[in-house]
Amino acid sequence: MSEPSTEKAHAVYKPVTDTPDCYLRPGEDEQTPLDYPPYKSSRLRHPKQPLVFMPQTITEITGPQLGRERVLGELDNDLTRQHPGEPIGQRITLTGRVLDTEGKPLRGTLVEIWQANAAGRYRHRWDRWPAPLDPNFTGAGRAITDDDGRYSFTTIKPGPYPWGNHYNAWRPAHIHFSLLGRAFVQRLVTQMYFPDDPLFPYDPVFNSVRDERARQRMVSRFAMSASEPDWALAFEWDIYLRGPGATPFEEAL
Amino acid sequence: MIYATTPSQTVGPYFAIGLPWPEGPHAIAPEHPDAIRITGTAYDGAGDPIADTLLEIWGADPDGRYADLWEHGGPATPGFRGFARFGEEGGDGRFELITLKPGPVRVSEGIVLAPHLDVTLFARGMLRHVVTRIYFGDEAQANAADPILARVPAERRETLIAQPTENGYRFDIHVQGPAETVFFAV
Ligand SMILES: [Fe+3]
Repeated sequence: MSEPSTEKAHAVYKPVTDTPDCYLRPGEDEQTPLDYPPYKSSRLRHPKQPLVFMPQTITEITGPQLGRERVLGELDNDLTRQHPGEPIGQRITLTGRVLDTEGKPLRGTLVEIWQANAAGRYRHRWDRWPAPLDPNFTGAGRAITDDDGRYSFTTIKPGPYPWGNHYNAWRPAHIHFSLLGRAFVQRLVTQMYFPDDPLFPYDPVFNSVRDERARQRMVSRFAMSASEPDWALAFEWDIYLRGPGATPFEEAL
Repeated sequence: MIYATTPSQTVGPYFAIGLPWPEGPHAIAPEHPDAIRITGTAYDGAGDPIADTLLEIWGADPDGRYADLWEHGGPATPGFRGFARFGEEGGDGRFELITLKPGPVRVSEGIVLAPHLDVTLFARGMLRHVVTRIYFGDEAQANAADPILARVPAERRETLIAQPTENGYRFDIHVQGPAETVFFAV
């Protein structure tokens, strides 16, 4: 993937609604591939026909705004306080901003996460490897970004876990993230990793992103300054969703 | 563009911990008199149902308005969310969504979009999601004039047409294979 351009695109924000008329269209080579043979289950689950170019209509530049319906309680963003007891593991805080590619913060947008426990086990009936479940940890959280686009979670650091992709396959520790953004075309599901994970070179999911700098955009940074004495280590991670593009619908037809 | 986007990664097999919720599949309350049911199955390249699909739809209401807080489309039908999410832990690959049938949308002088829903499909094995559209089998005239359908090779358009059923429509998705669904680059 090429270095982010410093040349400003013709950014189209609507003066009234403050949202773009059309969004950036990343090229096929700039995105995570759909077909990536080292990740075995991609083999039967990627389209083989070329994608059909779709000019962005109003359906793609609008989008669902679920915040108030999905974030019900004050503790939805604290995964350590959803049960009577404290979960086992390293308590961490995880904060960051949701921005578009122009650097504009996306306020009021829903951030949903899910993760394994400190031993690397998911609370899911398909996850059967012999690591312990933690009765005090479910592993799901939700937050809405504030006016600066900022979200924050308190959780425990997930453990790496084995999977069946190849002999001795282990996923680096990660937290799954889901973002709606403001527009249908900003939808993103991704995974956040932790700095300096020794499993990075061996993981086909992480390495499906072919560009080294792009991979680093999935890795959080440790933030000593934000860590709370006698309480929690801090990690920070900013998420960039597609921003305004240059070709409104009528011109693309 | 000043910054590059954060790359996509697969939703994985365990999204049911965090993403589905009981009312998620209902863009409108199921008891609404105009509610329609969209059912179908997503299949992989071996023709097997994908048991762990996460499927989302987004679309306009019967008046062609969007439930978008940012007011692109003006107010939509009360109680209509415009969005539905289906994701069943260890299901049989069959999905069911409840919504209102979208109306045609006039986007500018002389351009009218046929009734349609945007669809986002996620699954383990998909490193990023794919996007398709649902059009409606009982809207042949509107479909014939739709500028997006016009871009789809004629012999593949059928894959985007949901067929009427007793209480809604049926729409199957084939990620690969001879009946591969048309997916869009948006
Ligand atoms: Fe995972």
